[in-house]
Amino acid sequence: MSVLLVLPIVLPLLAAALAIIAYNHRTLQRIVAVGALIAVVADSVFLLLAVERDGVQSVQMGGWPAPLGITLVVDMFSALMLVISMVTVLSVLIYAIGQPGVDQDQPVFHPVYLVMTAGVALSFTTGDLFNLFVAYEITLAASYVLITLGGRREQIRSGMTYIIINLLASTLFVVGIAWVYAATGTVNMADLAVKIAQLPSGTQTALSMFLLVVFGIKAAIFPLFFWLPDSYPTARMPVTAVFAGLLTKVGVYSIIRTQTLLFPQHRPSTILLVCAGLTMVIGVLGAIAQNDMKRILSFHIVSQIGYMILGLGLFSVAGVAGTVFFIFHQIPVKTALFLATGLVEQSTGSTALSKVGGMIRRTPLVAALFLLAALSLAGIPPLSGFVGKLGIIQAGLSAGEYAIIGVSLVVSLLTLFSMIKIWNGVFLGTAEDPTLRLAASEGETRLATPLLMRGATVALVGVTLAIALFAGTLFDLSERAAQGLLDPSAYIEKVLG
Amino acid sequence: MTQRRSVILDLCVQAEFHTLLLLSLYLLFAGHNQPGGGFAGGLVASCAFGLRYVAGGSSALSRSISIPATTFLGVGMLFAILTGCVSLLTGHEFLESAIFSADLMVLGTVKTSSVLFFDIGVYLVVLGMSLLLLQQLGGADGTDPDEVQP
Repeated sequence: MSVLLVLPIVLPLLAAALAIIAYNHRTLQRIVAVGALIAVVADSVFLLLAVERDGVQSVQMGGWPAPLGITLVVDMFSALMLVISMVTVLSVLIYAIGQPGVDQDQPVFHPVYLVMTAGVALSFTTGDLFNLFVAYEITLAASYVLITLGGRREQIRSGMTYIIINLLASTLFVVGIAWVYAATGTVNMADLAVKIAQLPSGTQTALSMFLLVVFGIKAAIFPLFFWLPDSYPTARMPVTAVFAGLLTKVGVYSIIRTQTLLFPQHRPSTILLVCAGLTMVIGVLGAIAQNDMKRILSFHIVSQIGYMILGLGLFSVAGVAGTVFFIFHQIPVKTALFLATGLVEQSTGSTALSKVGGMIRRTPLVAALFLLAALSLAGIPPLSGFVGKLGIIQAGLSAGEYAIIGVSLVVSLLTLFSMIKIWNGVFLGTAEDPTLRLAASEGETRLATPLLMRGATVALVGVTLAIALFAGTLFDLSERAAQGLLDPSAYIEKVLG
Repeated sequence: MTQRRSVILDLCVQAEFHTLLLLSLYLLFAGHNQPGGGFAGGLVASCAFGLRYVAGGSSALSRSISIPATTFLGVGMLFAILTGCVSLLTGHEFLESAIFSADLMVLGTVKTSSVLFFDIGVYLVVLGMSLLLLQQLGGADGTDPDEVQP
């Protein structure tokens, strides 16, 4: 059983090693990368089934017992995150293989992408605060390469912002870990859960807020989100898509993990709710002010993070279950939106609302894919976003937090407005750009995109529809995840024995 | 602009190169119980190649090593990860270490641990990374503005 926990980290790293040895053999690199990620997806599904059947799973690295050795531990929340993120990573990899000029010209794409996958998998499975830092660094080191891949001028400029802000966050993270260690003498999270509870409440609050700031920068919550809409849109589309879907959610995962396991609360947390509200509002207002698909969607990443923090801030099983389900739906939906945007960019060369138009006649498939993902993002029933938002809103109403729920409903409407704005600008109407209009008038009514790119987007939109279809089962699992998060006794017992 | 190579530097590098590589191997093997280890060993080996680069530019570097730097990197990673996997296959936890001792007639009893293989991996990764860095410093089109004539 312990093999299942190790494989999501080992397989991508092993594949990365093989891919870098096969530096100039692109076909070999592709086979190794896709093969490894398919195996990881299968492994994480088995892991989810094992957790569903037997409860929390854990393993000690190198056989050193907890709390001294490094623990890998997977509960329901980790297993759900692992499954959906690995499915997303696999779809984006196939999309990247299909897109001309992404992996063909860049021998380092596959190794670095696989290392990033290993980092993400480790973030979701580690049960050790310092090892979480290591996982972040693995992910970030790979993401620095990915975000500047291609080396265009604006990529380097915004890449610098991205690297500086993340180095700052990492430095704060290490300082935070040092404080936690100074106060408790351990970095094992299960052990911390026991020992932090014995600290004076002032120390607890200080540590909790410090870690919230660290992960808040990574998750892009207000007021620490400014770097995201600036840096994400400049990367190549598959890279932007996987960053948008996954990396901020790793930050949210860490916030949820630390706030529930290390600093448990039983009442709604005002500071989290205020942060959530401001994140939602500022994100969506920023999105409305933009005129480029990539930038609009990047601001929506920020806005949707607000909903996740809102559900967590309620600190009730219903609220956290809503958040878990919402993240599970957000990862593929957000990625699918960026992939669909990438299809538009691939066929027209632009994502500016003013330049592109009339895509519904020329690429009806892309229009349909975008529409499904966009409506799901806005939370239109019966799509998956609706279920997640409904869960969070019901939890908020039963907790009596009417103000923040009102805000979230308004933000939902504004999200719909901004999706309609993209729809009207890009898919309806006519192209302003004379060259694009020329292409359309010359009888080139259908713009072709590579099959693999379309296939990967269809698959990912299919995943979001499946989430809506199996919403009942998934919501049950999310509820179990939330129960495990709010009552971590099983987690602690499993790790400390 | 081409310059004449410094004879003194050249001779010193020639004298030091193999000594440094031997020292790096010593550090690699001594590392388990004494100062040293894969990382320190890899850095010393990188220094040896760095000196070659300083003395003769990227062409001297490519003459002194024919295996691509990426291969070092990849093989190093393989070594490190497979060391972890072997313990998994033998029914232990991932990365669990084992200690072997062998009676090598002349050398006496040699005790080593499976961590050594992990260290070899680290050594190769550090070396590969440094070589890649040195090669990239040469310029994107393969020409080196600091190239010096022998």
